[in-house]
Amino acid sequence: MTAPLLSLSGVSRSFGALTAVDDVTLDVPPGARHALIGPNGAGKSTLFKLVTGSMRVSAGTVALAGDDVTRLPEPQRARRGISQTLQHSSLFLGQTVEQNVLLAAQRQYRSRHSLVPRRQAAARARARELLTDVGLAARAGTPVAALSHGERRQLEVAVALACEPRLLLLDEPAAGMSPAESARLVALLQALPESVTVVIVEHDLDVVFALATSVTVLHLGRVLLTGSPDEVRASAAVQEAYLGTGRGALFLDGTGPAHLEVS
Amino acid sequence: MLGWFDANLVSILNGFAIGALLFVLAVGLSIVFGMMDVLNLAHGAFFLVGSYLAVSFVAGDSWGGFLTALGVAAVVGLLAGAVLSGMTEPLARRPILDQALLTLGISLVVAEVLSIVYGNDVRSVSPPPGLDGSVDVAGSAYPTYRLMLIGVGLVLALVVWLVVERTSVGALVRASVADREMVSAMGIDNRKVKVAVLGIGSMLATVAGVLAAPVYGARPGLDETILLLALVVVVIGGLGSIRGALIGALVIGQVESLGRALLPDLASFILFGTLALVLIVRPRGLFAGKVAHS
Amino acid sequence: MSVESPPVVSTADGAPDTTATPWRRNRRLTVVLGLVLLAVLAVVPLFVDPFGTNTVSRMLVFALFAMSLDLLVGLTGLPSLGHAAWFGIGAYTAGLVAIHWSAEGLVTVLAAAVAGAVAAAATGWLAVRSGGVFFLMLTLAIGELVHQLAQSLSSVTGGSNGLFGIPSIRIAGTPLTLAGYVYWFVLAVVLLGALALWLVASSPFGGVLRGIRDNEARMRSLGYSPFRYKYAAFAIAGGFAGLAGGLFAGLVRIVNPSDTGFTTSALLLLAVVLGGAGTLWGPALGAALVVLVRDTFGPTLDGHGPLLLGLVFIAAVYVLPRGFAGLAGLRRRRTPRSPA
Repeated sequence: MTAPLLSLSGVSRSFGALTAVDDVTLDVPPGARHALIGPNGAGKSTLFKLVTGSMRVSAGTVALAGDDVTRLPEPQRARRGISQTLQHSSLFLGQTVEQNVLLAAQRQYRSRHSLVPRRQAAARARARELLTDVGLAARAGTPVAALSHGERRQLEVAVALACEPRLLLLDEPAAGMSPAESARLVALLQALPESVTVVIVEHDLDVVFALATSVTVLHLGRVLLTGSPDEVRASAAVQEAYLGTGRGALFLDGTGPAHLEVS
Repeated sequence: MLGWFDANLVSILNGFAIGALLFVLAVGLSIVFGMMDVLNLAHGAFFLVGSYLAVSFVAGDSWGGFLTALGVAAVVGLLAGAVLSGMTEPLARRPILDQALLTLGISLVVAEVLSIVYGNDVRSVSPPPGLDGSVDVAGSAYPTYRLMLIGVGLVLALVVWLVVERTSVGALVRASVADREMVSAMGIDNRKVKVAVLGIGSMLATVAGVLAAPVYGARPGLDETILLLALVVVVIGGLGSIRGALIGALVIGQVESLGRALLPDLASFILFGTLALVLIVRPRGLFAGKVAHS
Repeated sequence: MSVESPPVVSTADGAPDTTATPWRRNRRLTVVLGLVLLAVLAVVPLFVDPFGTNTVSRMLVFALFAMSLDLLVGLTGLPSLGHAAWFGIGAYTAGLVAIHWSAEGLVTVLAAAVAGAVAAAATGWLAVRSGGVFFLMLTLAIGELVHQLAQSLSSVTGGSNGLFGIPSIRIAGTPLTLAGYVYWFVLAVVLLGALALWLVASSPFGGVLRGIRDNEARMRSLGYSPFRYKYAAFAIAGGFAGLAGGLFAGLVRIVNPSDTGFTTSALLLLAVVLGGAGTLWGPALGAALVVLVRDTFGPTLDGHGPLLLGLVFIAAVYVLPRGFAGLAGLRRRRTPRSPA
């Protein structure tokens, strides 16, 4: 068996007395489409930060493709192939759509060290290709500040993909998207090659179950359950946890529990 | 070692005198930034205002002039701080550079107005009677006034430390440095606090100017030199830290004094070297009160 | 993003030009305007008296100087209060090289550029590493220290008398004695320097600098190490400031400690802010204006030019809030204009 692409063991993070992420152990095999679900405050976003390195772990180790990256700073982890979209849109607002993608894309090309504009053609071509994929090709020259919310989410995905990641972390990519936009997103993510491993945090369970090959349920910073989508749906423990905390609190948009029961 | 100490005793004492002055200056600068996020680049100009006030009021052999200068300087400092507080209010949500540019502009204007009023000559101020002589310190004559300056500096340091560490006002100051939102959430009017803090900070600058006048006199350009030293002290000590300001001031006082005495050509290098050394070890100063708002 | 949308660029479709590379829009108009400006600049010595030519030369030098500062302030969001240090170091270097070794124009200005870059690299990493308000304070401190060194190392720099007796610039061994020739030399170097800065700004490297200015955390997550880029920008900016200083020494033929000082740094920052940070050409224009005003009104102000400078500073902070929008990476978010 090959090494898991992402391997967390005993990962914890505390803020003073509060333990946001508590002893999480999790293996994500290469090529997986893995979903993290759980109520707000379950520690999903914090866990992402621990994986990307924008936040240090209090305990535990993070390994990427068998290499311990726990001590590596964020930029080095990114160069090893970890890429992300953030829950709160984190784009370069003053710059155009194309420039945003280009900033991520150019890192893959040695021509970024050149001062000759013509040499950047390859990076530009890749940026345009990605913009076409996410459906923003027509908006390439628009400043990000002028984009709608849904468009910004699409751009986030394009920027994340422009890093040519091995591990793609998506933090609520469909939040605030229209149904049409989120369907397009699902199609785009489904079309990603096996070489990209995806971990997704998402409240929209339609998106989760359309994509995920495995699901981890986080609750109060702990792993409640990891299993196939069917197992998670059937799990009594999950149902109980949901009931215990009150269904409304579990999924922000309220559609979650309904789906759980129906499907 | 003891011989070296004796030979340089005057320089060391000078260093303490400079350190005492720098502390009074730097603590104002540091608290104003630590609490209010205002980087007051006019601090040096306010200092110079104090020095020139001393030039104006100190005349003849009497304490009256000196004390008048101190009183007027304190009032002027408080007013200047209040004005500055009002002027920076609209800039509160703008980048720090904006406030820096504003206070830079103010410092240029103040310095130029001073040079128009007082001319470009170096003006000297005599110490008040009783302090204008010198005393025998371990065999060398040392100006009494500078000894007094050391004493005043230490007393002020003690007072500031007691106020900040032991009183409720001090608790408010410390809380503001640590977490501004919390303080305004407690229902304390941030604007009043700001006027008070800037007023007191600026007052410390003008008063330090008067105190320094018998040593440094008053001349154009002194404001920049002093501002630089105060900035170095604040950077070394850590923004918003009283303890840092005290230790930074004492260190820089010695560096300035001993450096200039022993290696006059390299004094600037030594100053920067000290700064560099501290920052290499502690990028945010010795006693970083908080993460600078970037 | 930055500031004062350039008038040339922002008008056509009514939308604000918020692209980081404004030259791409309305390219033709920009090119035409640029060519006209070039043509005008090229013939200045033929129509203007030597004194005027000299003034325009100084405006050009300060334009290059301001552009180098803009690389830091406007592009990278690092507000430096001590940029004159590198200018002064370049000027002293060029002056000393000309006096003691060779007055060959290219040698002196290249030596100046190298000196500026090396000095910036040697001290800048402290300022860059500390970041935030520490950057402001440290650049100010470094600038002041260089100023004091210029004063105190009088055996080398001439102290407060200034470094005088700098021979006139030579090209291929021939001294340039006429103001017009000196002007053309300055013009050529400034244009080359401006071109180089423009290439840097519009390259992927420049893009990274803008990214750091706008969102440093995001750049880290994209795999960039911001420190390296900021440090490189600091050294490059120091090099171009040194280049401008080298030209200045050859042009004015005397270097004073005040040329490295705080007032010069402040003047430059004012030029950048007034001109529109982040656009390169804006600060260049701003610097030309500031020099023109200083040299025209300076004598009538009886040596109290800083008074005017200070007042303009205070006014600029309040009157031109947008002029600061692109600075320091802390800009307020502009209300997004929805596509109509």
